[in-house]
Amino acid sequence: MSRIWLLMLHLGTILAIIMKGTGSVTNIALSSTKEAIQVCIGLAGSIALWSGIAKIAEESGLMSRLADFVRPLISPLFPSISPRSRAIGYMATSMAANLLGLGSAATPFGLRAMEELAAEAQRSPGKRISRESRLRISTRHREPTDAMCTFAIITASSLTLVPTTVLSLRAELGSIDPGSVIGATILATTCSTGAAILFDRLLSTGGRWR
Amino acid sequence: MRLVSSLPYLLVPLFLLGIPAYGALKGIDVYACFIEGASDGLKVVTRIAPAMIAMFLAVGLLRDSGALDILAHAVGPATAKLGVRPDHIMLALLRPLSGSGSLGFLASILKELGPDTFDGKLASVIQGASDTSLYVLALYFGSVNASSMRHSAIAAFMANMVGFAAAILACRIIFR
Repeated sequence: MSRIWLLMLHLGTILAIIMKGTGSVTNIALSSTKEAIQVCIGLAGSIALWSGIAKIAEESGLMSRLADFVRPLISPLFPSISPRSRAIGYMATSMAANLLGLGSAATPFGLRAMEELAAEAQRSPGKRISRESRLRISTRHREPTDAMCTFAIITASSLTLVPTTVLSLRAELGSIDPGSVIGATILATTCSTGAAILFDRLLSTGGRWR
Repeated sequence: MRLVSSLPYLLVPLFLLGIPAYGALKGIDVYACFIEGASDGLKVVTRIAPAMIAMFLAVGLLRDSGALDILAHAVGPATAKLGVRPDHIMLALLRPLSGSGSLGFLASILKELGPDTFDGKLASVIQGASDTSLYVLALYFGSVNASSMRHSAIAAFMANMVGFAAAILACRIIFR
């Protein structure tokens, strides 16, 4: 991130001096940072609102009921772990939160799921986990299991049903129809999630291990 | 498609009525809960605000100095065939690296081109349909002390590329 930013900043500043004169840099800097804060103030309200509602859903147990609903859909993705595994519940909750665009709620559950997967792999070493992880099971830093990779790749590829942040940004910037992008977003994210599952299966060495 | 695009208008009132009502039925302190969540949300905003300023500054300098115009001139013919602008490619490259950074970049694209133009919609889809892959992978594997990510980084990167291509395709089908 630092390198990209530095490159953009320096390239922009030097070009602005050459093309628009030294004085332009001050104006651009002041107006662009002011714009940034204006956008943030507009966003703050809706982010706070949804975090508040999400917290109620979490505390009331609605989130975990949602997880039960999604459970049969996601357990086939993780053939190496038991469908009764506790990790499934955390993974389902994290994915459900991601689907609704509640990224800040998804991350804590996702991390719990990874812990649970790691604990289960250690309880049954050598059982349907990759050759690499068998060899290194005794060392402190272990190779991640197939289920851990699958879950991380799916999460990283993004799961979206309602891109809430993008929608509130669009509304904030004066869109007459902020929701118009939802259909295309769902289509694109479905493709990328499908590709993530496919690439995971193709590249995972543990998948072929018997 | 109309049903899908009206989804948020149905979901928002449904969430505002249903979730607090369910919470109240379950006997939790709905108000205190909301306040706690909202304060977490505001912490997220204060976390992304400095990144927004950094990004708006860098993007503002690049745009107003004419650097983006030069870049657009250079790669324009190649990307025009795909129906995308250099901004879109920069956004797709930035997205896996930094969520707040790409959100700031998206905001500046929407401000410049308008949120309801084809280019604005495409940029929104690129942002909405992908995630901060690098951050997610580092966080998830870091949390369990994993020694490597095995094939995860490559698989996630390739999935992102598929997602970018699918975003362009979906927008061309739906918005043109």
